[in-house]
Amino acid sequence: MAERRFEIARIPGFATIAVATFVMLYLPIAALVTFSFNEGNSVAVWSGFSLHWYEKAWANQAVKDATVRSLTIAVCAALISTTVATLAAMGTTRRAKFRGETFIYVAINQPLMVPEIVTAVALMILFGMVKQATGYQGLGYLILAHSAFCIPFAYLPIRARLEGMDLSLETAAGDLYATPWQTFRHVTLPLLGPGILAGAMLAFVISLDDVIITEFVKSGGQDTLPTYMLGQLRRTMTPEVNAISTALLGLTVVLLTAFFLLTRKRD
Amino acid sequence: MTEAVTIEARHAVKAFGQGEHVVRALDDVSIQIRKGEFFTLLGPSGCGKTTLLRLIAGFEMPTSGTILLDGADITDLPPNRRPVNTVFQSYALFPHLTVAENIGFGLTMQGRPKAEVKARVAEMLALVKLEAMAGRKVSQLSGGQQQRVALARALAPQPKVLLLDEPLSALDLKLRKEMQVELKRLQTETGITFIFVTHDQEEALTMSDRIGVMSAGKLQQVGSPRDIYTRPVNRFVASFIGETNFLPATVVSGGVRLSTGDVVAVETAAQGAVTLAVRPEQVRIVAAEESGAIVATVRMLVYFGTDTHCHLALADGTEVVARVQSPASGEAGIEEGSTVGIRFASGAAQVLED
Repeated sequence: MAERRFEIARIPGFATIAVATFVMLYLPIAALVTFSFNEGNSVAVWSGFSLHWYEKAWANQAVKDATVRSLTIAVCAALISTTVATLAAMGTTRRAKFRGETFIYVAINQPLMVPEIVTAVALMILFGMVKQATGYQGLGYLILAHSAFCIPFAYLPIRARLEGMDLSLETAAGDLYATPWQTFRHVTLPLLGPGILAGAMLAFVISLDDVIITEFVKSGGQDTLPTYMLGQLRRTMTPEVNAISTALLGLTVVLLTAFFLLTRKRD
Repeated sequence: MTEAVTIEARHAVKAFGQGEHVVRALDDVSIQIRKGEFFTLLGPSGCGKTTLLRLIAGFEMPTSGTILLDGADITDLPPNRRPVNTVFQSYALFPHLTVAENIGFGLTMQGRPKAEVKARVAEMLALVKLEAMAGRKVSQLSGGQQQRVALARALAPQPKVLLLDEPLSALDLKLRKEMQVELKRLQTETGITFIFVTHDQEEALTMSDRIGVMSAGKLQQVGSPRDIYTRPVNRFVASFIGETNFLPATVVSGGVRLSTGDVVAVETAAQGAVTLAVRPEQVRIVAAEESGAIVATVRMLVYFGTDTHCHLALADGTEVVARVQSPASGEAGIEEGSTVGIRFASGAAQVLED
């Protein structure tokens, strides 16, 4: 340790800003989690420890329905967007360079660039027409919309993984009598596994979390967990919302931890 | 060795780039590789040797020309339909499979029965002496062991031709020497035609039945290691393989006249200005007054252990290097600064047309 490196921590005020940043990031969540265990009706005044808001949320049929709906949409959207994203990533990394490659890349990542509210309004109008024409009012619209905006989140980790993969492995498979499909099935796909898993989990979490597009696209009685909570806030706010949020947070943390452990082990 | 041709390239051209930036990586190469021979493509990086190998494997399509296998045109066949396997420079072993699964990959893809794959894998493991490693992941192996797995994997489907793309370049010197012997043994035991790409002239000379020397996308010379070394057809081949003295000369009756005026007796059909090429070990140092000897001054002696390199200057300053075997005493018996005579071993000097 004789070497004197550039040390950012020596700059005055570094520690203060770092601590302030972490407080800003985690204090609200800490408060939310704390008050989910509040005994009273308030989300701001502590009156004793209790689990009854969790019990209440658990017993609430509307919460149960919204949870099932949220999970259904998130699972479907994750599956669809990951499949599409895998194909897109193969198409943009496993072929010769072509004109307009950058354009394709930008086009695939459209949901990251267009303001979500714009997409939401556009989808509402388009789906409104379709709903009228077909009469179909089901969850399909939400699944389709979620799949679309989840694509870039699935695409980016899969593409990163593909770019890091040695192309000569696929060449070697071809040399060893594997057809293009066998090469994909026995070499590309297994090696791509962690990237696909990462993409799927990210897509799942992003879908689970969505409010804006869901709010505009959903038909009556199609509340997901986030839109249900938003609706609750408009009326009286009780720690039930805190309890649901905490549960959602717990699920996300578990998923991300699992994802982290899985990808770290493979590499 | 039979004279039957296994692989043949006819006027193969491979151009990369477009418009004004076209680079001919392979410029009208025609070559015949015989059944069961150890053939080496030798040349500096960028000479087109790897491109030729990739055309034979089917990883690249020639811009023009044809590739034939046992007389049949395979130019348009994809790699997975050619009975040709490759050992890659990077080995390209499948990291998610075990050693045994890697070796069996080709046979499995061909749809051979499980029992046959298993038996063949066991046979290959024994051939490369890796029986104990069958269940390991390839990342758990050393560089030399990975090299053996790559070889076994490529040999397992019993290809008609095995292509080796600088497979030893990642190994350290000692391991490389061992693998050279190993490769030669495998080639003899299996009887499969090997096409070996390298930029290492020593590797090429020690292992090959025949060598094709390449430069700038063209095949410069094809011949046995002895032919290539003793009878290089041009300056490139002479300088790329081994060390050579190049002396400017003019053709006269009965031989060539050097720039010093000395006449060296050689047979040649060439006319006018030529280059006389002589290997340093073919330059003999004799007494200065010996008749017919070319007078030279010893500039510098460099001791190499088995031999000593004498850097000499001819009367007009032309430099010549002579390699003299070091005597037991450790002294070459030649003093720096002294005047000596040199002669070329009979038949050793080669006239190259410029």
